[in-house]
Amino acid sequence: MNAVSVLRDTELIFRRQLRLALRNPAWLIIGITQPILYLALFGPLVKHFVSAPGAPADVAWRIFVPGLLVQLGLFGSLFVGFAIIAEWRAGVIERMRVTPVSRFALLFGRVLRDVIALLVQSTVLILTGLVMGLRAPLGGVLFALAFIAVLAISMSSLSYAVGLALKSEDALAPLLNSVAVPVLLLSGILLPISRQSAPTWLYDLSRINPFRYIVDAMREVFLGVYANSTVLWGVLVSLGLAFVCVMVGVRRFQIESG
Amino acid sequence: MADSPNAAAPALDAPGRPAEPSHAEDAMIEARGLAKTFKNKRGSVEAVRGLDVTVRRGEIVGFLGPNGAGKTTSLRMLTTLLDPTGGTAVVAGADLRREPAEVRRRIGYVAQAGGTDGACTVAEELITQAQLYRLGAAEARTRCATLLAQLDLDGLEQRLVKTLSGGQKRRLDIALGLVHAPRLVFLDEPTTGLDPQSRANLWTHVRKLRDELGTTVFLTTHYLDEADALCDRILIIDSGRIVAEGTPEELKHRISGDLVTVELQAERDTRSALDALRELDGVRDAALHAKALRLTVDSGAQRLMGIMRALDAANVPIASIQLAHPTLDDVFLTLTGRSLRDDSSGTAAPPDPTLQAGSDQRRAETDTTGSAR
Ligand SMILES: Nc1ncnc2c1ncn2[C@@H]1O[C@H](COP(=O)(O)OP(=O)(O)OP(=O)(O)O)[C@@H](O)[C@H]1O
Ligand SMILES: [Mg+2]
Repeated sequence: MNAVSVLRDTELIFRRQLRLALRNPAWLIIGITQPILYLALFGPLVKHFVSAPGAPADVAWRIFVPGLLVQLGLFGSLFVGFAIIAEWRAGVIERMRVTPVSRFALLFGRVLRDVIALLVQSTVLILTGLVMGLRAPLGGVLFALAFIAVLAISMSSLSYAVGLALKSEDALAPLLNSVAVPVLLLSGILLPISRQSAPTWLYDLSRINPFRYIVDAMREVFLGVYANSTVLWGVLVSLGLAFVCVMVGVRRFQIESG
Repeated sequence: MADSPNAAAPALDAPGRPAEPSHAEDAMIEARGLAKTFKNKRGSVEAVRGLDVTVRRGEIVGFLGPNGAGKTTSLRMLTTLLDPTGGTAVVAGADLRREPAEVRRRIGYVAQAGGTDGACTVAEELITQAQLYRLGAAEARTRCATLLAQLDLDGLEQRLVKTLSGGQKRRLDIALGLVHAPRLVFLDEPTTGLDPQSRANLWTHVRKLRDELGTTVFLTTHYLDEADALCDRILIIDSGRIVAEGTPEELKHRISGDLVTVELQAERDTRSALDALRELDGVRDAALHAKALRLTVDSGAQRLMGIMRALDAANVPIASIQLAHPTLDDVFLTLTGRSLRDDSSGTAAPPDPTLQAGSDQRRAETDTTGSAR
């Protein structure tokens, strides 16, 4: 199978999925109001918790918004597995698997749709942040969006793989929650976890959580720092995670059976 | 459908056609010992136990069997969807295990439960499907129009799939499986949910596919009339095994013979009636159902006189006598001890086991009911 047909197949699946998503107005409305709600209801509290005395007010935003972006990415993408169960149940997955279409495209066409959706949501969130007082360099914001895109690739690939493996919403929901919540808490998304602020065991636990590295790196780029080891680690962990998750996802589309 | 698919088919068929040795040229499906055992926490299910199937180019072959016989599982293996746990197969000239991608390019498959997305329109589904088979956009649209006309779906292009009636949706499923004019198509219970007219139309369509494009068709069905009317050859499958195969005529002839039902006036005569008839020339089989004797007889019409004379000689008065030519249902009953019409084995009266030809193929639990002995 050559690269051209893989690309063509991916585009075909992507367009189909995008068309289906746009056809559903509820999805659009929720997708866009959600980030605004996050900021509007949560943002006002943040300044008091995060900002060190004497620090400029917008530093709080630069710590808070990257965390929210990752949270949006985590929860937004992790739950796409429900859609694949519905598609599987309707027989769509099997119908496509019996055609010569590339298995990678079956996964990645869907993942790309999720990436686009998340980037739109993230942009809405950042724009809302700007209105509320966030100040961050444009380069940093774009860098952060790249992190979010890679994160979406990981999480939605993983979610599709798990959804197709379990084939049951009843099994998927508790599994995702039981993974997502500790991951979220241990990533320092809501409150940064540092050597000073956290007990050693909590700090050590957070170091084995890949999201921790991604959140830290995104906070750096929001502050305009692009070339330090925190950012490098963030990039490496993001890409590594995405690679593993896509492999797992493609494998699932290859062997999916039963 | 007379002309348009002809235009599309040669272009589709030409590139992938392999240069095979001539003996293999003729076989579209060649499966040997194909088997599937599903394993899960609660145990394992031997869904298919060693399938040997050969289907020649241009044949319409029917897979006939009750619920759970293993039809769908077999089809899903032959279409690369399921990995067999045993055996080998060459499908449309490509090895199932080594070149699954090649198999997929060459076949079409219509799943038992279909595979459409309710939120798509009919035209979107057909065009996407054509593009999944790597047809160009223009060609995809042409095929879409052709198939809509052939399957009586004209005017529904822009309808959402979820608004289609059951039968319309089934015909869309079938159109999706034929969109690339495959040389081999698998249809899993294609006519389920269709009204009699749509069924008849589909049969005509399937025959045309074979007659005009040389398409090989492998279909499963529960319907005996469908197998009888449509298929060149039938494979009867039960509990994951093929229990008989042949043309509808061969099967009816080979397995059942004609069926003569003799109703006696008194139940006490059954013993002597059986004794008198069992020795008779041409009677292959005799079974008791209360006061009625069911005889399987070669060339029934010619034996009727002999049967009546024999009973007369044994002093057994007759209430009525009936001759019936066998249907595939009788074939199925003979082979498996169960009727295909009602899948619950208890309601059908199975034949007397001890007198039955081929009793080794029958399932043990059905042997006890309904027999007078
Ligand atoms: N994924 C699976 N996991 C476990 N068992 C399965 C699975 N798929 C099928 N089976 C079992 O395998 C057997 C054969 O099923 P199959 O679907 O092939 O039957 P079928 O002949 O198509 O029946 P029907 O006429 O009802 O469609 C059944 O006992 C079924 O329960
Ligand atoms: Mg079936």
